[in-house]
Amino acid sequence: MSELVLLENINNPNAHRIETYEKSGGYQGLRTVLRDYAPDEVIEAVKFSNLRGRGGAGFPTGLKWSFVPKDSPLPRYLCCNADEGEPGTFKDRILMERDPHQLIEGMVIAAYAIRCQTAYLYIRGEYGLSIEHCQQAIDEAHALGYLGQNILDSDHSLQIHIHKGAGAYICGEETALLESIEGKRGQPKLKPPFPAVAGLYECPTVVNNVETLACLPHLFQRGVEWFASIGPEDAPGPKLFCLSGQLKKPGLYEMEMGLSLEEVLEDYGGGPLQGQFKAAIPGGVSAPMFPRSEFDVKMDFGSLAAAGSMLGSAGVIGLDETASIPKVARRITEFFSHESCGKCTPCREGLTWAAKILRRIEAGQGQVGDVEQLDRLCNGIFGNSFCALGDGAAWALGATIKHFRHEFDALIQPQLRVG
Amino acid sequence: MSDARSLNDTKNDLTAGVQQVMTRYPTRRSAIMPALDLAQQKYGGVDGTTYQAVAELLDVPEIWVFEVASFYSLYDRSVTGRHHLRLCKSLSCMLRGSDALMRHLQERLNVKPGETSKDGAITLSAVECLGACEIAPVLMADTQYHGDLTVEKLDGLLAALAEAVS
Repeated sequence: MSELVLLENINNPNAHRIETYEKSGGYQGLRTVLRDYAPDEVIEAVKFSNLRGRGGAGFPTGLKWSFVPKDSPLPRYLCCNADEGEPGTFKDRILMERDPHQLIEGMVIAAYAIRCQTAYLYIRGEYGLSIEHCQQAIDEAHALGYLGQNILDSDHSLQIHIHKGAGAYICGEETALLESIEGKRGQPKLKPPFPAVAGLYECPTVVNNVETLACLPHLFQRGVEWFASIGPEDAPGPKLFCLSGQLKKPGLYEMEMGLSLEEVLEDYGGGPLQGQFKAAIPGGVSAPMFPRSEFDVKMDFGSLAAAGSMLGSAGVIGLDETASIPKVARRITEFFSHESCGKCTPCREGLTWAAKILRRIEAGQGQVGDVEQLDRLCNGIFGNSFCALGDGAAWALGATIKHFRHEFDALIQPQLRVG
Repeated sequence: MSDARSLNDTKNDLTAGVQQVMTRYPTRRSAIMPALDLAQQKYGGVDGTTYQAVAELLDVPEIWVFEVASFYSLYDRSVTGRHHLRLCKSLSCMLRGSDALMRHLQERLNVKPGETSKDGAITLSAVECLGACEIAPVLMADTQYHGDLTVEKLDGLLAALAEAVS
């Protein structure tokens, strides 16, 4: 895809200001929506576009909105999940820092679709510049009538408040995020009821990712057909990929989905830092890694799921031949162990235990049977933890063992190695 | 940090800000995080006096404030140095050499992660992903991100901080 959409203005130092945004067609999508669409028609259009959530799960956005009950007397809420924390992911930060009006306009459109008047933008606390630029964008949008009462003289009104996170990965889980806005510890809640029915303050709530919302202005400015024509049929639209780790050109890249992992790593990422690639993680550390022999996998929701991994947050991490997989596995597991909210036993205890074993193996004190024990722990955690954090942790760890068992064994039984 | 700061002074300091953030939410409890953030910005951390002040200003149980303060890692509950270095140790940074940078910082400051240098100037922490992996290895010095770090860059940063402190 030669034309950039989400990143069109990203290198313009004034892209975060509303004048720049308006000049490149900003807020035209919102004008179109308020002029030509009823709220339900917005939902239908987004369903038709097949826009899928960019936060991790890839759930169809229009379908999610359609779950909000039409007849509820309660207020509705829109929450934007900008609690980006999946290691290897930085796309939402760059969008918010450099071109935040795409997000604000997208939030106004989404709020109109679900008939909501109050929205919260939950930004992780470390993202100081994102918070500053989003607040500035909100203020600018208010001043020009794109936010507040009777937006562009329509009967749609919206207030957006920024809620600043405070360092908890788990708040990226949507029910934990809602708990956090309610002023509680960020611990996931049982679903159902789903947020669309009983979310923030027990009211109907939609939670969408930054990039998902940022797609909406373009979708309505240029048309549903245009959007659906980009990339594979079941994963259309512009997509951001975060490239990091041991590759020559780390950075944020926009491309259509469906390229091979190899193309992403070589053509965009510039190839391995040293020697050859050993493996790569396709979608943040929750996503199981692929060894180099499987780099022909296509980078879209369905292909990655079929190959036993996921697109997740599209945080692509390259590992070159100098990387030690047991060390990588230890670091990933320690991350999840640290970020476990402590609510459920499989995740809290299982990950603590797994991290302990992995540290032991790395230190050369591994015992025969440790890898089998890690496998048992993964099986015990996966499917038994309260939310996706434990599942992702077990899934990611399991893949390191599945593909690189020999590296673990080599650390545990060096005396058995020949030569 | 708060030995000399009374409950009343704390409440006076925070009243206007807390009242303002309360207007954003339908419940008072939702204002706990923004209130703690205001306190942290003002005092550089949060403590028992802060919890009590926030609880009284919002008219919520103090335990609600404490359970939030103790859950989220960005609220500094122990005394920290005048500057706080948070070096990312997550995977992308580790793959670009953050372990060696952490060892260098530990030697230069003579502290372990989580500790503050003897002169009270710098607290060092190893933290999980800062969301800036394109410039890994990365650290936050107070609220400022520094990326593509090398030992030389770290030394430059430490020198700049030392100048700012003195």
